[in-house]
Amino acid sequence: MDGLDDIVEEFLVESHENLDQLDTDLVALEQEPNSRERLSSIFRTIHTIKGTSGFLAFNRLEEVAHVGENMLSRLRDGALDLTPARTSVLLRMVDTVRSLLASIEASGGEGNVDVSDVVAAISAAMEDRPAESPVEAAVVEAPVVQAPVAEVPAEEPVVEAPVAETPAMPAPRPAPAAETPEAESAPAAADAGARRAVADSTIRVDVDLLDELMLLVGELVLTRNQIVQYVGRSNDTDLVRASQRLNLIASELQEGVMKTRMQPIDHIWSKLPRVVRDLGIQCGKSVRLEMEGKDTELDKTLLEAVKDPLTHLVRNSVDHGIETPDRRREAGKPAEGVLTLRAKHESGQVVVEVADDGAGIDPARIGAKAVERGLVTDAQLARMSPTDVLQMIFLPGFSTAAAVTNVSGRGVGMDVVKTNIESIGGTIEVESVAGTGTVCRLRIPLTLAIVPALTVECAGDRYAIPQISLQELVSLDAEKAANAVEEVGGAPVYRLRGELLPLVRLTDVLGLTSDRHDGHVVIAVLRSEGRRFGLVVDRVINTEEIVVKAVGGQLKAIGLYSGATVLGDGTVALILDVQALARRALRTESAERQEARVAAAVAAADTESQRERMLLAAIGGGRRVAIPLDTVTRLEQVRLENVERVGNREVVQYRGAILPIVRLDRHLGAYGEADRDVLEVIVYSDHGRSVAIVVEEILDIVDGEAAIRSDIEDMGLLGSAVLGDKVTELLDVRAAILAADPAFYSTTTTSTPHGVAASLLEV
Amino acid sequence: MSAPTDTRPKDEVLALGGQLATFWLDGDLYGVEVAHVQEVLRSQSLTRVPLAPAAVAGLINLRGQVVTAIELRERLGRPPRPEGTDAVVIVVRLRGEAVSLLVDAIADVVDVDPADFEAPPDTLDGTARDLIRGAFKLDGQLLLALDVHKAVSA
Repeated sequence: MDGLDDIVEEFLVESHENLDQLDTDLVALEQEPNSRERLSSIFRTIHTIKGTSGFLAFNRLEEVAHVGENMLSRLRDGALDLTPARTSVLLRMVDTVRSLLASIEASGGEGNVDVSDVVAAISAAMEDRPAESPVEAAVVEAPVVQAPVAEVPAEEPVVEAPVAETPAMPAPRPAPAAETPEAESAPAAADAGARRAVADSTIRVDVDLLDELMLLVGELVLTRNQIVQYVGRSNDTDLVRASQRLNLIASELQEGVMKTRMQPIDHIWSKLPRVVRDLGIQCGKSVRLEMEGKDTELDKTLLEAVKDPLTHLVRNSVDHGIETPDRRREAGKPAEGVLTLRAKHESGQVVVEVADDGAGIDPARIGAKAVERGLVTDAQLARMSPTDVLQMIFLPGFSTAAAVTNVSGRGVGMDVVKTNIESIGGTIEVESVAGTGTVCRLRIPLTLAIVPALTVECAGDRYAIPQISLQELVSLDAEKAANAVEEVGGAPVYRLRGELLPLVRLTDVLGLTSDRHDGHVVIAVLRSEGRRFGLVVDRVINTEEIVVKAVGGQLKAIGLYSGATVLGDGTVALILDVQALARRALRTESAERQEARVAAAVAAADTESQRERMLLAAIGGGRRVAIPLDTVTRLEQVRLENVERVGNREVVQYRGAILPIVRLDRHLGAYGEADRDVLEVIVYSDHGRSVAIVVEEILDIVDGEAAIRSDIEDMGLLGSAVLGDKVTELLDVRAAILAADPAFYSTTTTSTPHGVAASLLEV
Repeated sequence: MSAPTDTRPKDEVLALGGQLATFWLDGDLYGVEVAHVQEVLRSQSLTRVPLAPAAVAGLINLRGQVVTAIELRERLGRPPRPEGTDAVVIVVRLRGEAVSLLVDAIADVVDVDPADFEAPPDTLDGTARDLIRGAFKLDGQLLLALDVHKAVSA
């Protein structure tokens, strides 16, 4: 119904259902007039209608319901006896309520349904007077009532009355009230054409039935996949065409059935304004809540699952994110904080953002805290981008202490939020700019039943790994694997971009023997509960959408499989429970941290023996420079038009900060090509400051081990070496950075006490 | 699978049944109540489940549904099926959940007379004793009544 508010619509559907029940109840009540239970049930129904209509400002409806309620409450309390006359009056009341509802449905208002007769009749019946003149008048005028109200037998005398014009009533029982809206609303209804009544256009369906449908559609999709795969090899055009149609129809059906379980996110958002208001008052803050994308829909079960995490995030934002009005004014912001909820569909996922314009989170302080708690080492921290540093607020160890709240303004229970979101296959990330605000972004799948997964092979069998836990894949050939997979105290590790990644062999966990003997190593880098590890599998097969099937009790008890699925070719594959796998394979956290320290020491020793890895870049004029990989935070591409100027320096906006740029060709006196549209940029971050080093081209990453070095120095260089058969200049990173940002090290002098060389030796 | 049916007197259950679907396993004839049997399939490709109990032979794809397969030979403590012979899959439905049993060969559906029933001999021991409720004395053959609920709770 276009003109109708959602609330009104819901009210109508609910009331129509209740009224049908009421008819039955009232009639049954006559048979057993003393049934408390029935009276209470009738009373509750009318009471609900009264309450809601009062709230929605349907005054006449409220009036009718109100007198009805009065009478019912006296009946319930035993102050009145239920006589047939009273039953009739109550039935009349029900009919009047119904015609009012019909009018509301047709025109959005109460129309000109007259309620005074019924009200008078009820009042009269309560007083036990015989029906008075207004009632009689009503009876006379009412075209469809064949008997005077007072004498109507309870068996719904009006049912038979022919009211062909009744436009929109679900059960076309005529209202005895003299001036029903029929005449008036009939044209309106005619205009609306085939517009269905609200109660007729919706239907309540058992969720179990929907689940079953969903399941069947899942099967259909799988069968479709099999057929499409098979037909792909066929030359029969008719068959191909038919299978394409099947493909389309199955997709549409899947979408349609999924929609039946969808509800707008407003269902859970609607409770938040109250939360924000109450909490704001409690904290002495003034907060305005804004919502965008209220009607974004997602699966009912998922909606339930995100309710608590979302509330938690909103509370967090009000409690810790938004500052007090005084603080805000000092910071030059409006006294009223704004909390924005945004929801939208994005590439098959629902993105929900909780954004505030509060104080933001300072990555430096988060980092310091994380080091203090032993969650990361200094060296690891130095290599992390500010964004990655922020994500540490989701680490389990981070949230337990109240002190963190003081430091960051965030953190209590964030790991729980993350765990909850991940348990439904979602992800959470946080973005924050100190002083301007914080954004928490949830990405939630549209449905739980179908998940994207990576299929891998291990000892001849296939297993599925949900994509959500997968970070990247690393494939090492035999030669490389022999060197790259090292051991720390007997535990295999792989050095992934300088960080040690504990390795878990799937064959070991499952007690199988690998059938891969060529020495190749395929590592799926997985993340679970904030810990990262590499799962060694035999082969990576494919990524595909899988339908999750429950497994029997015996298999659940093993605790390694979260379910099973049928792959495109019809074989069954087990779905690995990555969290359980991590818990089983990785030792306790403290042991791991110890290990990390050992690893850091080992890595440090390695670096001292000059075994560091270098990033090779061309800077124009045929010159190549090597930059220690440790100092590289990210590689980015920046469009030239985004480069702006501050004084005579070039800068670029990057992740909400201003990033100074140094052009390596100019810095080192090379002559690169004239300005290109896209700049290749190496971002180096340390202690919350970043600089961008522009090169002409990123060439390779090599081990510096085999380098033959010379001491030929030039400005901005540490020397040169032969890397990859060519002479390569070793960049003095510190000097390059200082060229871009002279103040870069001023705040962090302690981290590079030995000057120039330290920038190379730093781990 | 602690089944309420297990607590019922054995004879009563069988008196109700009357019809048993029978199958061969290592030379013996067994029977399960027809009411439990959903379907019988030729051998299916199995996906093994590492770390599962030995009796779990694997998972089969039953028209898109994933069903656990129980190797009844293993369950009854019999030697493994000889190489080169395929198992027959009996899919049983118990409390809404489908489970399949791997047996040697399927036989007839037999009407049984409760009067022919006798409790398992005292000499029967081990796991088999828990899973076999007793024997029906047919002409020239004993039909062992399998307690299907216990058999699938591997």
